[in-house]
Amino acid sequence: MERYEKTRSALSPLFPSGHESEAVGTEESEADSSPQQRLPGVVVTEYSRTGSHLDVVCLPDQLMAVAGVLEDEGFFLESIAGVDWLEQGQLEIIYDFNLLGGDQCRVMVRTFVDRSEPVVPTLTGIFPAADWHERETFDFYGLHFQGHPDLTRILLPEDADYHPLLKDFMP
Amino acid sequence: MTVPISPRHDETFVLNLGPQHPATHGVLRVKLTMDGEYIVKAEPVLGYIHRMHEKMAEAGTFAQFMPNTARMDYLHALAFNHGWALVVEKAAGIEVPPRAEYIRVITVELNRIHSHLLWWAANLLDLGAFTPLLYAFDDREQVIDLLERVTGSRLTYSYMRFGGVLNDIDEDFIAGTRAFLVRLRERMPVFYHDLVTSNIIFIKRVKDIGIITPEMCRRYGVTGPVARGSGINYDVRKDEPYSVYPHFDFDVPVFHECDSMARYMVRVQEMEQSMRIIEQALDALPDGPIMAKVPKMLKPEAGYYYSAVETARGLLGHRLVCNGDKNPYKLKLRSPTFSNLSLFGEVTQGMLLADALAFLGSLDLVIPEIDR
Amino acid sequence: METSIWHALLYLVGILAFAGLNAAYLGYCERKGAARIQRRSGPTEVGYAGLLQPLADGIKLMSKQLLVPKGVDGIIFRAAPILAMVPAITSMAVIPFSGNIQARAMELSVLLLFALAALAMFAILLGGWASGNKYALISSTRAVSQTLAYEIPMLFTVITVVLISGSLNLQDIALDQQGGFWRWNIFRIENGHFLTMWISFLIFFICTIAETNRAPFDMAEAESELVAGFMTEYGSMGFGLFMMGEYLNIVVAACLTTVLFLGGWDCPLGLIPGVWWFLIKIYILIFTFIWIRWTFPRTQIYKLLNLNWKILIPFSMVNLLITAVLIKVF
Repeated sequence: MERYEKTRSALSPLFPSGHESEAVGTEESEADSSPQQRLPGVVVTEYSRTGSHLDVVCLPDQLMAVAGVLEDEGFFLESIAGVDWLEQGQLEIIYDFNLLGGDQCRVMVRTFVDRSEPVVPTLTGIFPAADWHERETFDFYGLHFQGHPDLTRILLPEDADYHPLLKDFMP
Repeated sequence: MTVPISPRHDETFVLNLGPQHPATHGVLRVKLTMDGEYIVKAEPVLGYIHRMHEKMAEAGTFAQFMPNTARMDYLHALAFNHGWALVVEKAAGIEVPPRAEYIRVITVELNRIHSHLLWWAANLLDLGAFTPLLYAFDDREQVIDLLERVTGSRLTYSYMRFGGVLNDIDEDFIAGTRAFLVRLRERMPVFYHDLVTSNIIFIKRVKDIGIITPEMCRRYGVTGPVARGSGINYDVRKDEPYSVYPHFDFDVPVFHECDSMARYMVRVQEMEQSMRIIEQALDALPDGPIMAKVPKMLKPEAGYYYSAVETARGLLGHRLVCNGDKNPYKLKLRSPTFSNLSLFGEVTQGMLLADALAFLGSLDLVIPEIDR
Repeated sequence: METSIWHALLYLVGILAFAGLNAAYLGYCERKGAARIQRRSGPTEVGYAGLLQPLADGIKLMSKQLLVPKGVDGIIFRAAPILAMVPAITSMAVIPFSGNIQARAMELSVLLLFALAALAMFAILLGGWASGNKYALISSTRAVSQTLAYEIPMLFTVITVVLISGSLNLQDIALDQQGGFWRWNIFRIENGHFLTMWISFLIFFICTIAETNRAPFDMAEAESELVAGFMTEYGSMGFGLFMMGEYLNIVVAACLTTVLFLGGWDCPLGLIPGVWWFLIKIYILIFTFIWIRWTFPRTQIYKLLNLNWKILIPFSMVNLLITAVLIKVF
């Protein structure tokens, strides 16, 4: 069994409503300018086209559970990226997970929050690597990671009062 | 011997290491709480050379971001070029002609040797040995001259194009590269190993200093030579092959000692492996075009794209989000040393100041790449 | 001994000239030596082969402002660089350059030299302390612990020499070694002293490197850790005096090593002794200092102290014991 199959079956109990798609290919990874299109679930994406094996969309509440499963599977947190979907009024947070050697499996975990209330749970308790990446995302997007031990500016000055990567940020 | 101790009294003081300090090789600041010469707590403070490259990426077209990539990791700029080219090619579905792929590999590996040479020099400087710096700079100068011939610049290259490379390489470059490899192989045992690797003071300074366990590597997302010095056999070139790396026969040096010496050995042996790759690429260099047919204005399909390359410092990831426009909608740069540095606080607890700086040197930091 | 005022003046001018020239040109030699070791050419622009470079450096340093930062202890801050020079120059008064070139032949000159060497440490301590800078503070504490520690094995090895010569007078010690290299303390055949004395010499030489704060034992300066250590806040001639003091300490250390172990002004084959032999010996020693500095990485403060307390001190003590036994037995 391929590693991503194994990971997918480990993750699927978290998404009981059956939104996971069996389709392997482009029509699922097409994504779209409207991020809301996908409901929570695990989708297998074409690695050579998108660069990741699994695309997991979850609710902010499920994030800890997903990260916990990935930690058990031996993944490490590679990066955290925010995306500002201004038109939809939403912020997206992309977590990239990867394996250190052995099999090949990249997992992209995405979650959406309202721009007006940007709060997600922190992963620092599970992956210490999340510490700095979350601070950076807070820096750039104003995302509040609930439970983060030291959510302060990391790359911008301590007294900055703006979040420059928001699409409506005017310098 | 370094005996980690806990502070016996509260007579600690705060030492601001940086942002201007000879051992941080750039503008990194580390806030150290010290008990005498022992470090109680170390907090790296970043952002002194932060330039918001990610915002610049959103503001311009895909091609306009190429020069920016070289200004992050100025020591392995071609790998950053390569990473950006790969992710955009993936998004836009561009096929790169084989000759261009080979030229990319040759130049990136030459650049890797250059980066490791400079790290070697700087690390020895941290340990108080000045002479090796000039020996390494001598060799490094040869690499820079070679790369200047084809790329037109000496440090901040903007050589890769989506679908190929800017200039073709000529016979002079090939002959020069072969001559350089012969020269470096001759100098390696004398100037590098006899003088430094087998030096008793050097060995005592780096052995058993800065222990990073494999589990710590995973928790902090450490990659590159630092992880390989901790016994983790992970190299993007082997584990997630990109470009034409699968065509070449090379080894991934892995050491299990987890200390600064292991990281040193990994990098020194990687230079040897890079030389092997360059030789094979020069031997098998195919003929043909160096650029694919690419539309003037790229408009990749909307979607999420990720690509990873192995730079001299570790895994460089580009997370690209497109919405079908001519600009990237979002680009996240996952730079290797940002993660590698994040364990500094945990490792240096109870360490001596001198050892901590030797450890900092062994992490091979390039500050603009951390701060982006 | 003649005691006219001219005699004293002549030696004063002579020693100051010797000290000044050495302080200036050892910097030049160091740069040229380092350049040779590093396969480059060093200073070439000012004068023939850059020979006037020290002069240019001196003018530059003197024309700069002596900056005294806020919050430093002004008096001590200004006094420390001078204190770095004084003991080194004073030491030269008792060094016998040859049989008849010595300013003052004191009975206890060995003792005086070590007292002055201990004073030199105060320059670093006070300079670092008065700067009000944390790097300087760490540097001065390092300097003190290092200098104090290394004085112990150094004195033990000097006692072996004193036992052999039976005198604390440098001139007597040198005279005792006249007549060829087999009579020098390091190779002394008489009573089989060469068995232990080369170890004494080695320990003494290592200690002089540590005492003069030279790489690989330059813990107080350690530029990659402590920026410039006790000199961090010093500019212009304050820094210049510290540098000159450092070079003069090296000269004194080389002179002392020559007198104690290498026969002073004696010719190796016992032919024509003279001051030139003395100079040749000290400059060979100084070259060795430079050579070591540009070859090795720096050690680390605790490894340095461990080397002293766990290796050098026990060895020097055993060495002293064996030497004493050898003298008693033969």
